[in-house]
Amino acid sequence: MKDFSRRKFVSMAAVAAAAAPVAALLPDAARGDTGTSAPQTTTELARQRLQRLHLPNVPLITHEGKHVRFYDDLVKNKIVTLNFFFAKCDELCPLVMANLAKVQKMFGSDLGRKIFMYSFTLKPEEDTVDMIKDYRKMYGAMPGWTFLTGKLDDIEKLRKGIGFSYPDPAIDKDKTQHIGNIRYGNEPLMLWAACPGMAHTQWVAESISWMMHPEVNRIQAP
Amino acid sequence: MYRNVFGEKVSRARYKEMVNAAKNRRELIAAGLTSRRDLFKMGLLTAGGMLIAKSGLSARAYGQVQTNKPPSGPDPNRSPGTNQNCVPGNQTASPHTRPFIQALPIMPLAQKVSSLTPTPTESPNVSHGEVRAADHQAHNIDPTRFPVVPATLYNFHQRQITNAVQSPDLPQQTVWGFDDGTGTRSPGPTYQAFYGSPQLTRNTNSLPPITQVNNTGFGMPSVTTHLHNAHNPSESDGNPCDFYTNGHFCDQYYPNVLAGFNSDHTPNGDINEALATLWYHDHRVDFTSQNTYKGLFGFYCLFNQFDTGNDDTGFRLPDFPAHDIPLAFTDKIYDPETGQMVFDLFNLDGILGDKFLVNGVIQPFLNVEPRRYRFRMLDPGPSRFYEFFLTDLNNLSANNQYWLIGTDGNLLPNPVKISSVRIGPAERVDVIVDFRAFAGKTIYLENRLNQLSGQGPAAVDSQVAAQNSSTTECSLVLNSSQPAILPAGTGNLLLQFRVSGTPVTDDSVDPATNPTFYQLPDTTAEPRIVRTFKFDRLNGQWSVNGQFMDCNQFRFAVRQNSSEQWLLTNLTGDWTHPIHIHLEEHRILSRNRKAPTVPGDSGRKDVTQVHPNERVQLFFRFRDWLGKYPIHCHNVVHEDHAMMALWHVVPAGQEDNILVP
Repeated sequence: MKDFSRRKFVSMAAVAAAAAPVAALLPDAARGDTGTSAPQTTTELARQRLQRLHLPNVPLITHEGKHVRFYDDLVKNKIVTLNFFFAKCDELCPLVMANLAKVQKMFGSDLGRKIFMYSFTLKPEEDTVDMIKDYRKMYGAMPGWTFLTGKLDDIEKLRKGIGFSYPDPAIDKDKTQHIGNIRYGNEPLMLWAACPGMAHTQWVAESISWMMHPEVNRIQAP
Repeated sequence: MYRNVFGEKVSRARYKEMVNAAKNRRELIAAGLTSRRDLFKMGLLTAGGMLIAKSGLSARAYGQVQTNKPPSGPDPNRSPGTNQNCVPGNQTASPHTRPFIQALPIMPLAQKVSSLTPTPTESPNVSHGEVRAADHQAHNIDPTRFPVVPATLYNFHQRQITNAVQSPDLPQQTVWGFDDGTGTRSPGPTYQAFYGSPQLTRNTNSLPPITQVNNTGFGMPSVTTHLHNAHNPSESDGNPCDFYTNGHFCDQYYPNVLAGFNSDHTPNGDINEALATLWYHDHRVDFTSQNTYKGLFGFYCLFNQFDTGNDDTGFRLPDFPAHDIPLAFTDKIYDPETGQMVFDLFNLDGILGDKFLVNGVIQPFLNVEPRRYRFRMLDPGPSRFYEFFLTDLNNLSANNQYWLIGTDGNLLPNPVKISSVRIGPAERVDVIVDFRAFAGKTIYLENRLNQLSGQGPAAVDSQVAAQNSSTTECSLVLNSSQPAILPAGTGNLLLQFRVSGTPVTDDSVDPATNPTFYQLPDTTAEPRIVRTFKFDRLNGQWSVNGQFMDCNQFRFAVRQNSSEQWLLTNLTGDWTHPIHIHLEEHRILSRNRKAPTVPGDSGRKDVTQVHPNERVQLFFRFRDWLGKYPIHCHNVVHEDHAMMALWHVVPAGQEDNILVP
């Protein structure tokens, strides 16, 4: 097996030029609502566009039964990972979720403070709050990794918003073929990308870490 | 009575299955099994990609398993031409812009500098902020020929500008470009490089740091600049996994030397490997599509004693740069409210724009003389394919032919007369257009290829259609009502040529005289190894041989100075993947076991389109240099979502024999 040790990951991340607290990474406009009527900058307009088109503020319910809004409560001003599952998914999901279970450990104390992981059920009609709570427990999710359910329409809106859909509508409807990627992003900085949920754990963790340490330089041995 | 976790009644047998399934999943997690390879090794996964059904892994413990494959055969839910459904749902139309009111920008030649501070060093100058993977290989091979500080030096900075004018009908745009010391522009300045004159470019990242970024919503300001198609040492190649942020630099050594110089054609290399039209672009892993869309690319034109840039010497091709003009075709989207260029960060398939730019300007015009011009046409992507026609809007039925003289970086053995030529992302063609026939007229370069989604053209080449049986998944696309080629005048008018009526003298070679350029290198050498690459999509995850990009993993090792055959196989039913391989060019031996038929497939290539359900056989020689290089899809959206693999070239004795990496 590859070495997925926390130590190795931390030493890699340590080459970040500035391991600054997350607030320092945020542009001024991103530190919450300013409430001023100053003219909106290009950055603000672009950020609003992303929110409008891709990050719908749909209502969701956490595994603890808490009612939340996707944009306002989950991603706004945060560094996040987003992925989809359903409890009866028997091929892809166990691989991706087990991978994430290891990724979360690599984040150590950053999880729930600098970075927030969210997993959304694709079958909210089956995956009730109790169900996703049990499912979450099975993967040993730590605080900072939240599982969510909601109304099917809202979850579909969210899924399509973050681009986890197929061009072919027939395939898109088939949940066994659902997108297995992990979307990661730094919402205020408008940094968004995705990696396969089945990619090697170390690489998934490193990719996501760019959202916390975008100033990192990297050299791969020849 | 037994119930499942959903509270439903289940039989005792089913309950036992459920318990087993949960146990299996816990075991998988405990064992750290997350890759398909791991599952395969454990015997839990069949070759077809299905989990073994015996124990099941579902909370409901369904006995059956599902495959990742799209349903085969005609799909009743899919009407002919449903590629319309492929248009990204979030895309809105760009604002109206008037065509043909801005002149075509011609990128200025890159300006040299007399010295660099600090002076370039053989080993990476880490203390001054250099980020380079290894010492310069060329200097090690021949310190006299390849001095650490060559006579030709460039000092490039990646910078942001906020005043790019892409159309007078749009506000000024924020783009990222290259500054050679004379100002920042995108596309960047055009290099005029010469074989036998090694050069060094210091690429410094001077983009706004992320804390101050005013990026209009996309782009990652850490960079690595790849010189696409160059026969370059790996440490100067611009590897996607070597990237650096503001204030750091990389000294990239471009030896400008022919392939074979340090192996089978010492000391000067094989003239039949001469390159002409290269380009440079950002290659930052996972962010290449955003960064190149934002403007980080430019041309690199390489000359020698035959392809001189002068129309009275060598091959006598039209003179550079007056009548030899690089053209970069990009498509972009603009926000209808703000007029700002936007990028779909959340797309996994491929991005199409509804505005067509040439050299950074929407639908420009170019005043030309009634004579021959050489155009070096590049598709920087992200995802659009083009088929270029010359269109006279007053005579739509005319077949306006021109000459294809090169594919990707390379001249063909002889000019080929064509009515159109198709290119995909990262591909190039060199053409000669003789405007004498159009003296006094206005004509257009028109893209008539019908493409409705990031998947690729609406229908694939006729030669592919002929090769595929009508029962394939692809038949739905092939037999759809979408024509592959749109009627003349109904495609995208990219560039307007205003042809002067005043005759001029033209000393350049007439392609009709069938001049000979280079010969094609021999492909009969016995391959040391034949490797297979399968390009697929597993639950939306772009893959190469079922695995995903990982900067920490080399997939296989090639023996230095050996020949190989690579079989590129496209398992995705209706996607075209333009596959690019770094370091060495290839030749296409066959498509689905048949020799290639279109002229664009006949020469040397560094990008090859692999169409749906196609297996393309390539011939390679991996010469001269050592180190790491990637193979990847150059639909940069696929590339950024892991459709890439790293490999390396090693000395004999250290290679491996992995057939399927």
